Amino acid sequence: MSAPVLVCRGLTKRFPGVVALDGVDFCARGGEVHALMGENGAGKSTLIKALTGVHPRDAGEASVDGRPVHPRSPREAEAAGISTVYQEVNLIPDLSIAENICLGRQRTRLGFIRWGEARTRARAALARLGLELDVDRTLSECSIAVQQLVAIARATDIDARVLILDEPTSSLDAGEVAQLFTVVRRLRDQGLAIVFVSHFLDQVYALADRITVLRNGRLVGEFPVAELPRLQLVAHMMGRSVDEVEALRHRDRPAAAPGEPLLSTHGLARRHAVLPLDLELRRGEVLGLRGLLGSGRTEVARLLFGLDRADAGETRLEGRPVVFHSPAEAMRAGLGLTPEDRKTQAILPNLTVRENLIVALQARRGLWKQIPRAEQDRLVADFTRALGIKTSGPEQLIRNLSGGNQRRVILAGSLATEPRLLILDEPTRGIDVGAQADIERLLAKLRDQGLAIVFICADTAELSRNSQRIAVLRDHAKVAELTGTEVNEQAVMRAIAREAAA
Amino acid sequence: MIVDLLIWPALAALLWVNRRRPLLWPLLALALLLLFNRLFTPGFFILEIRDGRLYGTLVDVLNQGSKVMLLALGMTLVIATGGVDPSVGATMAIAGAVMARLAGVSIPVALGGGLGVALLAGAWNGLLVSAFRIQPIIATLILMVAGRGVAQLVTDGQIINFEQPALVYLGNGSLLGLPFTLALVLGMFVLTALLVRRTALGLFIEAIGDNETAARFTGLPARPVKFLVYVFAGFCAGLAGLVAASNIKSADANHIGLYLELDAILAVVVGGTALTGGRFQLAGSLIGALLIQTLGTTLYARNVGADVATVPKAMVILAVCLLQSPVLRAKLAGLRRPTPVAIRKEGSA
Repeated sequence: MSAPVLVCRGLTKRFPGVVALDGVDFCARGGEVHALMGENGAGKSTLIKALTGVHPRDAGEASVDGRPVHPRSPREAEAAGISTVYQEVNLIPDLSIAENICLGRQRTRLGFIRWGEARTRARAALARLGLELDVDRTLSECSIAVQQLVAIARATDIDARVLILDEPTSSLDAGEVAQLFTVVRRLRDQGLAIVFVSHFLDQVYALADRITVLRNGRLVGEFPVAELPRLQLVAHMMGRSVDEVEALRHRDRPAAAPGEPLLSTHGLARRHAVLPLDLELRRGEVLGLRGLLGSGRTEVARLLFGLDRADAGETRLEGRPVVFHSPAEAMRAGLGLTPEDRKTQAILPNLTVRENLIVALQARRGLWKQIPRAEQDRLVADFTRALGIKTSGPEQLIRNLSGGNQRRVILAGSLATEPRLLILDEPTRGIDVGAQADIERLLAKLRDQGLAIVFICADTAELSRNSQRIAVLRDHAKVAELTGTEVNEQAVMRAIAREAAA
Repeated sequence: MIVDLLIWPALAALLWVNRRRPLLWPLLALALLLLFNRLFTPGFFILEIRDGRLYGTLVDVLNQGSKVMLLALGMTLVIATGGVDPSVGATMAIAGAVMARLAGVSIPVALGGGLGVALLAGAWNGLLVSAFRIQPIIATLILMVAGRGVAQLVTDGQIINFEQPALVYLGNGSLLGLPFTLALVLGMFVLTALLVRRTALGLFIEAIGDNETAARFTGLPARPVKFLVYVFAGFCAGLAGLVAASNIKSADANHIGLYLELDAILAVVVGGTALTGGRFQLAGSLIGALLIQTLGTTLYARNVGADVATVPKAMVILAVCLLQSPVLRAKLAGLRRPTPVAIRKEGSA
């Protein structure tokens, strides 16, 4: 076994109302790739942020090469030898590769940057990764994969001992992933301790030497990859034994009572987003969409809702072909969508709860038919009660509400348009357990009222609990559709593990 | 004096009604400026009636300020969507030029031509911003730069004079003893307020300005709305251009509306609408325009040369902007009492 480089003991981080990390031990060794696994909310990001100084820890110890570290900012973490490359490349697109690698660390002479030296240094940093690139190229001209590699070159240009890769592959294709892995293996062989976070099981098994699993902010365990079968890993991540999962089958899930088809797609596709897709959505049924990050689940939602245009295939609504050129057209046809990203896609932060709630309905009624104030107030009162929205009043600014309550307002806004088909993209993400249960109950109620619902959710347990059918996506294509008795966590796990092995 | 009996109670009442509203600061600034003039500028508050018409500095403020007030109405909606339109000054010049050119044909043709060309100018801006998605400041700078040239082409580089009584009345006539321009401004204000608050336009504009992506997700027609606000700004600029040409009974392509777009943008910002878009204050913009005009008239009345008058003007505007800065207000509030700011009531139009 190689020498431990980064050692953490009892790391704890609390946020108001949640313990995001609860006494977690973690150890990354030199010359090893260590995968950090867990479902959403397990504490992976918090652990990384605690290590990189974004969220200073509340308790616990960390050391690099035996020296205690307590970073209060990413800069301090870098100085201590911990470098990080994030999911979204956070470099400056309009600068050259050399500038991006050397930015903030330039050698100067009389206050002027020594560009010749910067270029040499950038070339050297890339050479360490076995790369030869034109360092004068503007970063934005490079592919995302190359940008990712430049980010790694920047991260390892200083004397890094630990390199954290936070979902580096989510926007790369297979060839680019292979290129990235070559670079990562090279760095590993140079003795770096590499922490690899990814939702892609096959990538973890291809690259990692060791896996640490987190769940609900706690450490589940550390396992050598060879001793941890995929199914066992997924079971660990979900907190169930494989047998237990078997026993869970069908519990909580009412018998499927398939209604008549409402909307169907036939070979619907969009370049780089969705491969030809057949889906059938029926009244009174929840169709779960499960796929790993970047598998195309949000892209499917965007296609259905007219946010993106398909380049092939067709959509039929009650048997008649339809094309939605905009969300407005989709909404007129009776579709509703609550977007995945609450902050950037869903809320109007500086407008009131009332305005956020009625804006979708108003958009559907059109510019000239203003909803009378009395009706607005009634809608707000009704939905506030029905969905248990906690607010000091309809005129409170929505940004002052908690995340869960904001999600409820957005959901209420969608429901106010009385849709026949509702697409919910991660409706329970980032909200507490109680609110989650409320939203699940509401989902069942709407389904029983005859709505067709598309439920996108990364939590397999939650998805199995609430869906009558589950479509599993991978690499932008549907690889499995589970119906009837197949709708359970284990089958979903199998579908994901099977496809991962392919 | 009777003027005092009217003005001060009215201002006090306005301030009291708006004590919790975003209009407080521009109103307070206006009140303080008027108070300063009442105390130190002789003759500022003297009003007299001649030939059934009211004369005096205060009337001049309203009359002269009408152009910026008209511009500010349109500019408010543009800024609320997160855009800006510095081309309105040039649009004024084009509208004035077209009216003067067509003055001899007939009055309706002259007025319709001037307003029509202004609507076209607005539609041009709207097209660039909404259909071609060019950044608003760049899209409108094109017309700002080219507009005066267009106006020169319309007038063949000449200053065209006109004498038609109806056209002269527009900028110089009086209605019920007050300048006709005041009626025009009030009419446009009521019309705009109805348009934004009695239809969903106001909500849509604020939604787009607050978070355009989210607004699109709700299915509201973001691009048509953006197009519409630029057309509306063009229309307002057209009206202001007709007034400006009428004021001097001629079309002077080089000077009509020069730099007024900056005053209009300032009026909107001083009035409490953020340049980042979202919530807008239509009445605030009018108060902002009045504040800027009062300031200009004050400096003129106190014989501050036009060439240096920009300095005190800038200082007053800076003061109002600082008073509205959330950072500064949080600091001031912190000095007074350590409790957090109460949840703000919804603002009014």
